[in-house]
Amino acid sequence: MNTIREISCDIIVDTVRGLFIEASTDLGEDVLSAIKRAAESEDSELGRYALDKIIENAKIAKDTSLPLCQDTGLAVVFVEVGQDVHITGDFNEAVQEGVRRAYRDGFLRKSICDPISRENTGDNTPAVIHIDIVKGDRIRIIAMPKGGGSENMSSSVMLLPSAGFEGIKKHIVDMVEKAGPNPCPPVIVGAGIGGSIEKSALLAKKALLRSLGEPNRSDPRLSRFEKETLDEINRLGTGPQGYGGKTTALAVHVEMVPCHIASLPVTVNIQCHVARHKEAVI
Amino acid sequence: MKNPKRIHTPITRDICEGLNAGDMVLLSGSIITGRDTAHKRLSMLIAEGKDLPVKLDGETIFYAAPTPPQPGRIIGSIGPTTSYRMDEYAPDLMRAGLIGMIGKGKRSAEVRTAIIKYKAVYFGAMGGIAALMAGCIKKADIIAYEDLGPESIMRLEIKDFPLIVINDTRGEDLYENAVSRYNMVP
Repeated sequence: MNTIREISCDIIVDTVRGLFIEASTDLGEDVLSAIKRAAESEDSELGRYALDKIIENAKIAKDTSLPLCQDTGLAVVFVEVGQDVHITGDFNEAVQEGVRRAYRDGFLRKSICDPISRENTGDNTPAVIHIDIVKGDRIRIIAMPKGGGSENMSSSVMLLPSAGFEGIKKHIVDMVEKAGPNPCPPVIVGAGIGGSIEKSALLAKKALLRSLGEPNRSDPRLSRFEKETLDEINRLGTGPQGYGGKTTALAVHVEMVPCHIASLPVTVNIQCHVARHKEAVI
Repeated sequence: MKNPKRIHTPITRDICEGLNAGDMVLLSGSIITGRDTAHKRLSMLIAEGKDLPVKLDGETIFYAAPTPPQPGRIIGSIGPTTSYRMDEYAPDLMRAGLIGMIGKGKRSAEVRTAIIKYKAVYFGAMGGIAALMAGCIKKADIIAYEDLGPESIMRLEIKDFPLIVINDTRGEDLYENAVSRYNMVP
């Protein structure tokens, strides 16, 4: 029988706090490298200008601890809890407190409000928390501040089962084309295929956590589909910030699970170029 | 690369007529901020014929809500929010004298028509370069709707704010022009 490892909520509060502050100011090396590569090959003058500014901004943010973007997002937290862990204290409240402290201590913008009255909650809570129970005696926490502009260009649909990869590709490319400059291109496209309506949405969001441009190797159909869809998006001409060019998306990440014989759920979750996520293992 | 046009506020209708979609601009001077709820409130006051908390005549508005300033700083990170949510109100504000708008993303046909009619201008600011743009802000004061927190109306003194003209007085649209130039879909 496995021994149970105790983890105190205090550690969770501190970890969540630290991750959100770090994510808001420190652009991942994978994203920065992809932007630099794109800047070298972009033909559009205004497009290149925009990419250069993004690179400059990442450096300023890191040097000054100013957030990369004023939209420091809705706090999305993915947690994988090892089944041999016992958490002492109120876990949900610990995550919320970590978010509260991050947005206060990190001088991050509080962007969460009542959906109808639009009254700000004042501390950027509640965070959206997704929990998975996994093997082992550790806790893995991923902090993802998600901006509103790109989230607004996302959607879940039920396609006809006959749509196939071609139909899904058309749907994704149409969405990116229609979104145009609004979600702050170059974007990263997360797509979730299959499951149920909410499962596809969760898959789409999880797809955005993958290291940028890393293909889905679980199924050769998916890695091919990701590449073909990316190529097609980058022929649209939208370009960085919609100023024209061939860098409309940096990557397409797809996750897929089986679904009902009658259905084909597809969620497309758009992520702006400020693709922020940081993780820690306790 | 072309040299950017240096413009100082107040932006006049003559200046707007000299701007073309795709122009790079460095804007200096004084602007105000305002986004969703502030627009709704201003628009309601205009409809009721009441006084506005800020005079819009010749004014330029930036659709933005910054992060809180760190100690010793003038302002936190600041950048544009997506403009379409202000489309419903923008023609009312232009009718009340507003001349410049700074945001990101596409505008409605109504807004573009109003830009032509009132000889106004819509600039694009880049999304996601807010730490860089914070360095262009020399002064920031809340002047109205403090209850809205980050969404309150602020007056900003700016220096060399990097912008691109998206919609001009001739009805041109940079986003449309860019796609027709760079689209490679067979």
